[in-house]
Amino acid sequence: MSLVRVDALHKSFGHLEVLKGIDLKVSAGEVVSIIGRSGSGKSTFLRCLNQLEQHDSGRIEINGQVLDANSMAPALLSENVGMVFQNFNLFPHKTVGENVMLAPMIVRGEREREASRLARRMLERVGLADRFDAWPEQLSGGQQQRVAIARALAMSPKVLLCDEITSALDPELVGDVLKVLEQLARDGMTLILVTHEMSFARDVGSRVVFMHQGRIHEQGDSREVLSQPRTPELQQFLSAVR
Amino acid sequence: MMDFTLWDIVRNLLLSMRWTVVLSLIAFIGGGVVALLLTVIRLSPSRWVQWPVMAYVELFQGTPLLMQLFLAFFGLGALGIQVSAWTAATLALVLFTSAFLTDIWQGCIRAIPPGQWQGARVLGLGRLQTLHHVILPQALRLAIAPTVGFSVQVVKGTALASIIGFVELTRTGTMLNNATFKPFLIFALVALGYFLLCYPLSLYARHLEKKLNVTGSR
Repeated sequence: MSLVRVDALHKSFGHLEVLKGIDLKVSAGEVVSIIGRSGSGKSTFLRCLNQLEQHDSGRIEINGQVLDANSMAPALLSENVGMVFQNFNLFPHKTVGENVMLAPMIVRGEREREASRLARRMLERVGLADRFDAWPEQLSGGQQQRVAIARALAMSPKVLLCDEITSALDPELVGDVLKVLEQLARDGMTLILVTHEMSFARDVGSRVVFMHQGRIHEQGDSREVLSQPRTPELQQFLSAVR
Repeated sequence: MMDFTLWDIVRNLLLSMRWTVVLSLIAFIGGGVVALLLTVIRLSPSRWVQWPVMAYVELFQGTPLLMQLFLAFFGLGALGIQVSAWTAATLALVLFTSAFLTDIWQGCIRAIPPGQWQGARVLGLGRLQTLHHVILPQALRLAIAPTVGFSVQVVKGTALASIIGFVELTRTGTMLNNATFKPFLIFALVALGYFLLCYPLSLYARHLEKKLNVTGSR
C-alpha cells in the first residue's frame, strides 16, 4: 500500500491553472525528488500535500487519511506530514531547543522535561546537540536549516516534505544539510523534495519526478531518468541545469 | 485686580498639570484596553468582523481630535445627553487613542513574516496557538517602542480638552493669562510643562527601540 497517494490533483490561482491533474504514489521509505523549471507547479504541489495550499479538486491520501484543510484541524493535517522550508522559518524569539520543543508541548501536550529530552535527541540527529541554548540568529544558514529539520522530526512525521531547502544557503553549507537528509533516507524516512541538487537526486533519491507545465511529464528510477531522459523537455531541462 | 507672583503662576500650573497627567493616563490606559479588544477582533478571519473595526480606525484617524471632542461634548448635549467636560474629554480621548493604538498593533502583527504562520501551521499549531506562542510575542516586541512614542501624542492631545472647558494645564494657562496679561511668560511655561512630560517619554521610546531592535536576545 502506498503511504502517499495523489489522484487527479488540480489547483488554480485565479485564472492560472498551476496543477493540471497530478497522480502520484509514494511508498514508505522512498526518496522522491521533484524537479522542473520554476513555474512548473512543483512547490505548489508540495504545499498541497500538507494543505498549505488547498487543492481545487482531486484527492490526497496520506497514511490512509484523506486530507481536507476545510474540515481538519492543523494538528490532524500535520500528523503524518512534516515540512522544511527554503527560508527555515525558525521562531527567532525562541532558542534552538525551544523551537524543537514547542510543537511536542503545545500540540502533543508533552511535559517540558520529555519535550526537552526529545529535542536534544532530535538535535543530536542533525549534529547540533551542543547548540540547544543558542538563538537561531547565532547559527549559520546551514545550521538553522538543520534545526528546522530537527523541529519537523520531533513531531515524528511519516513523510517529510522539503521545499528547496538548500536554495537559500551558501554553497559551502549545502553539504551538511544534504548529509543530514542522506542519513534520514538511510534510516528509512520517506522524503519528498523539491530540489535543484541533481547529484543528490541521483545518488540518494530513489525516484525522480519531472514536472512540466502543471503535469508530471516524466518519472522513474532516479539514475535512469537523469542519465537517459526520454522526453525532449527533460533533456532540455537537464542540459540547462548542468 | 489680583497680583500674581511668578511662584503663584508656576504653582498653579504645576497643580493643573496633575489633571493633564490624569487625563493622559486614563486616555492611554482606557484606549489601550479598547485597542486590545479591537486588535483581537480584527484578527478574526471573517471580513464581516474585520470591516467595522477598520471603519472605526479610519473614522477616528481621519477626523480632527477637536471635532471628536466637540461631538462628544456639544453633540451629545444636543441629543439631550448632558455630559460634563470630564466625561466628554475622557470619552473622546479614549476613542481617539484606541483607534491609533489598534492601527499600530495591527501593523506590528502584520509585520511578522507569513513564514512564521506557515512554520507553526506545518507543526500542527492552530490559529490561536500560533498567535499565542509565535506571533504575539514577536509583535509585542515590535509594538513597545511605537506605543510609547504614541503616548506623547496623547499627552499633547489632552491640551485640546481645554477648549470644552476641562481645566488642565492649557486651560489654567489661559486663565492665568486672562488675569495677568503675560502671555509670553505663561504660555512658555505651559509649553515647558508639556515638554517635561513628553521628552522623557520620547527618550524612553528611543531607548526601547534601540534595545528591542536586537532580535534573539531577551
